[in-house]
Amino acid sequence: MGARLLSFAVRPVNALLITAAVFLLIGSLQSTIFAQQTVAGLAQGAVYGSLALALVLIYRATEVINFAQGELAMATTYVAYQLIQWGVSYWLAFFLTLVLAFAIGFVTQVLVIRPVMHKSVIAVVIVTVGLFVLIDGLVVWKWGGDIKFMPAPFGQQVYHWGGVAVARQDIGTILLTIATVIVLWALFQFTKIGLGMRAAALHPTPARLVGVRVDWMLAIGWGLAAVLGAVAGLMAEANQYILQPSLMQAILLYAFAAAVLGGLESPAGAVVGGVFLGIFLNLIGQYVHFITAQLRLPFAFAVLLVVLLVKPSGLFGHRRVRKV
Amino acid sequence: MRLSRADLFGVVAGAALIAVLPFLISDYHQALFAQVAVFFIAILGLNILVGYSGQISIGHGAFMAIGGYTTAILSRDHHTNLVLTMVFAFAICFVFGLVVGLPALRLSGVYLALATFALAVSVPQIALKFDKFLGGSNGVQSAKTVSHTWLYGASWTTAAILFVLAWLILRGRLGRAFRAVRDSEVAATSSGIALPIYKTLAFGISAAFAGVAGSLFVMATNGFAQPNEFEVILSLQILVGAAVAGLGSLWGILAGAAFVGLLPTISKDVPVVGSAHGQDVVFGLLVVLVMLLMPQGFAGVLAALKRLRTRPDTS
Repeated sequence: MGARLLSFAVRPVNALLITAAVFLLIGSLQSTIFAQQTVAGLAQGAVYGSLALALVLIYRATEVINFAQGELAMATTYVAYQLIQWGVSYWLAFFLTLVLAFAIGFVTQVLVIRPVMHKSVIAVVIVTVGLFVLIDGLVVWKWGGDIKFMPAPFGQQVYHWGGVAVARQDIGTILLTIATVIVLWALFQFTKIGLGMRAAALHPTPARLVGVRVDWMLAIGWGLAAVLGAVAGLMAEANQYILQPSLMQAILLYAFAAAVLGGLESPAGAVVGGVFLGIFLNLIGQYVHFITAQLRLPFAFAVLLVVLLVKPSGLFGHRRVRKV
Repeated sequence: MRLSRADLFGVVAGAALIAVLPFLISDYHQALFAQVAVFFIAILGLNILVGYSGQISIGHGAFMAIGGYTTAILSRDHHTNLVLTMVFAFAICFVFGLVVGLPALRLSGVYLALATFALAVSVPQIALKFDKFLGGSNGVQSAKTVSHTWLYGASWTTAAILFVLAWLILRGRLGRAFRAVRDSEVAATSSGIALPIYKTLAFGISAAFAGVAGSLFVMATNGFAQPNEFEVILSLQILVGAAVAGLGSLWGILAGAAFVGLLPTISKDVPVVGSAHGQDVVFGLLVVLVMLLMPQGFAGVLAALKRLRTRPDTS
């Protein structure tokens, strides 16, 4: 056991993670501001991580980056808003929205992704870009471009622990994300559908031979990704306190960065990448004054670029060896 | 890539149409069609990279921004002739393209796509950050503005020159090397093609084209180079245009450029969707439909038509 633990820690990526965790812990014990920024960053990172996870789910199944993922999440958040306007309570609306999001993701895959999927990768990417514009247009058409407000899911309360102020909202976001990831992981690990989906994503042809309905598995994958996106969207709304059509646009870019950082094919990597990015950017914003709000996004991508150059398949990705 | 008689006829007919058009349309429409030329050049450049050398870029708006700012700054600080600034934009973006192409050597597929996407996101932000030189959100204004007719003539002339240049590049040694790299890197290497040289060169040439497009783009916006003109959506528009045109062929580009250049304006005039964001709905819907119906773009349709026509002769 000791040897296994040691070999776990020796792998460079894990060593890096452990060092980062120790650094954050020591910093938080030393300074209350550091601790506050870390927790707030953790909550933001949870949102990035959820959306990044959605991107990774789709990438593993279809080898395509879904540019519309963020807009889909934004649209489902508007659905929740509409339900609440009709008098549904927040949490009932939340879960109804997740169900609807699944349906929307599923139908999207069947209607517009499946027909082009085997023809050309670039065509699928362009379709998702088209969906991006389409969804954005539809939302503004239906609800308008002005700012909307939704009730705060976890209340406005702020806890004070030894001088560290922590918003209940942040704790809620973090816990909800953890719960979502665990449910999803359990779904993939312990259910027949999950097994089928993993088989369909990793080895489609053999999976088909043993009777997995690969097409339907991919559609379910899109549905689940949309559910994750909806969670990310609702939490992003709760963190920003306002709902507007541009809700997810910056977050989508951070989620891209997070997913690539973790190595596109690794679900755990996406979540870790998101959390890392959230905390890191918050701390940098606090302590490095050169990195102003305008440079936040370019900086995130500069970090991403450096990681890619050192390790072209992301932190958790595996090198692909290709036969010629 | 020999020209058949039909190809030649197509080129001549297209050129004639473009040459006659400004005499038939209003001043406003000349500006609109000049915009199509800008997209034409940018898509042409992107196609050299994606369609011929097999490297993807979702960041060509960044090179357009660099070209555009080059024109505006040269005009502001040195009163350089606007046509000359295009040459500078070409050269500077060529160098930038080579520089971006170097790290791109280590990346491929989706990772390259996202790295170039990062570029598209970052460049406008940099203009905001260094506002002393680059003017912040107000941008940089060139010392001189041009008439719509001048713009139409200049942009289509440039487009024609660059089209011929692209055709010459792609039909020769360089183009063969690009296509070999695209089809199989291993096979290309083993036939003596130095991958790093050709891959970065493709990036450089492609970026240079985008730079010229950006230069004209700034002239078309009354000489203003502003960060919000060069946001991510511009890069996506070029990519959509290239896909609608069809990758790996030069014959669909006019259609692709017209698609992204004219559609938003046309759909604004459709009565049912008239409202402010109805045009987004129409544009998005059409992008999806076009990709569903012709995943190889217009060039794919043209090729299919050609096969249809020649098949009876061969059988």
